Amino acid sequence: MKSFITVIGHDTVGIIASIANILADRNVNILDINQTVMGDMFTMIMMVDTEKLSCQFADLSEKLTEYGKDAGLSVRIQREEIFNSMHRI
Amino acid sequence: MIRADEILETIEMIDRENLDIRTITMGISLRDCASESGERSRQKIYDKITRLAGNLVKTAEDIQTEYGIPIINKRISVTPIALIAESSDDSNYAKWARTLDKAAAETGVDFIGGFSALVHKGYSSGDKKLIESIPEALSTTEKVCSSVNIGTTRAGLNMDAVAQMGKIIKETAELTKDRGALGCAKLVVFCNAPEDNPFMAGAFHGVGEPESVINVGISGPGVVQSAIKKVPDGDFGVVAEVIKKSAFKITRIGELVAREASKRLDTKFGIVDLSLAPTPAIGDSVAHILEEMGLEKCGAPGTTAALALLNDAVKKGGAMASSYVGGLSGSFIPVSEDAGMIDAVKCGSLTIEKLEAMTCVCSVGLDMICIPGKTTAESISGIIADEAAIGMVNHKTTAVRVIPAPGTDIGDIVEFGGLLGSGPVMNVNNYNNCFFINRGGRIPAPINSMRN
Repeated sequence: MKSFITVIGHDTVGIIASIANILADRNVNILDINQTVMGDMFTMIMMVDTEKLSCQFADLSEKLTEYGKDAGLSVRIQREEIFNSMHRI
Repeated sequence: MIRADEILETIEMIDRENLDIRTITMGISLRDCASESGERSRQKIYDKITRLAGNLVKTAEDIQTEYGIPIINKRISVTPIALIAESSDDSNYAKWARTLDKAAAETGVDFIGGFSALVHKGYSSGDKKLIESIPEALSTTEKVCSSVNIGTTRAGLNMDAVAQMGKIIKETAELTKDRGALGCAKLVVFCNAPEDNPFMAGAFHGVGEPESVINVGISGPGVVQSAIKKVPDGDFGVVAEVIKKSAFKITRIGELVAREASKRLDTKFGIVDLSLAPTPAIGDSVAHILEEMGLEKCGAPGTTAALALLNDAVKKGGAMASSYVGGLSGSFIPVSEDAGMIDAVKCGSLTIEKLEAMTCVCSVGLDMICIPGKTTAESISGIIADEAAIGMVNHKTTAVRVIPAPGTDIGDIVEFGGLLGSGPVMNVNNYNNCFFINRGGRIPAPINSMRN
């Protein structure tokens, strides 16, 4: 099961490291990372494999949102299917 | 591989343009719950609803978390209660509504629909008892919604029922006057009621439906408005095209959610209802879509044409995105639930007569309209008859949900709160129609071959 993590907000040190830690702790493998910085606005999209996730999806989602809140970023995780269904026929 | 801009587009739709799934509604057949004993039957109803829908809310919340798409309402629709209750020895069906209310509270859903009767050609004994019980039922329950179908294109209009529903609406308003006549916001009078509608207050589980079913109602006026904003110089062909594309994307999410929910709940997937359902939130208004097309205010000349284009383009885009489309499928124009409609009424641009014209080209009818408390039952019946005639002649669903809040007059604001919003009281033509309404009988079904 693949999911996308999206991070949007002001660029600061250690965003990717923090997220990667959260994921590693929960046995989530990172498949691809795509990031852009325009001015000081940071957008990162990370494709991850949540097949072997060691906790509930909702717990991971909550942890990421919580981190986002603390760091002043919008962080979310969504299963791949929502994007496939909307953008692919 | 999904591109970054596509991911960001989806997120923007959800975050800034209020894209959401308006409702996941589980339809449940209660046909096997009929019994000679009312008490026994009500127990069977409670048990069946709580058994089948016990995981509905949890499942919807899981899907919301995993896909990151808000699912606003979780609802249940059941077989019209008149069909089940009439086997029993009860004469007042209000306690059946209280059973539904209790089951809704136990399952945690927002609303339960189906305290309903289908009387388009005439009343059976259960229909009569149910309709008479509506005011008490709606005033003693929180989550129960009621609907009555008084006409169809094939049967014509049951004018006895039309006359009675005017009185029932007045009585319901009186019994719930301490809550802004809220009972009337949960009561719809239909012509050509669909059997698979997931939206309240008119949802019920039709007799041709399976044992249980998942129907999903989508939303997304904000997405459509933003899309039109991006083509300020486009002609109507361009406008229709961008609406179709937006509707396609919105509906695909509805289809995904419907299939996922039905799989997890081990229930058949019924339909996706392609409706643009507004909320009182800014950026979630159907009226603002029409204004985005170039009208200063909703209600200005051209509004009906704008709505016709919108409604048709939503259906065209949506129909391509889902394998099963049904329910009401069209744009809703509920006044109190739409910030743009409220503004248009307040400034005098939008009248009931214009709304009636607009209902000729969209779903679903005169919806969530506050009218003066002194409006007579006959005037309300007249409004119902006019609206039902539009549905009957044009082979479409039309409905009336008006709120004659006692003690209110033109210009007052009636507050309902939540998704039901707040409605400015609108003027109603008060010329006498009592003789017309009291004729009774049935308006015959229209001829189908001559279509002008």
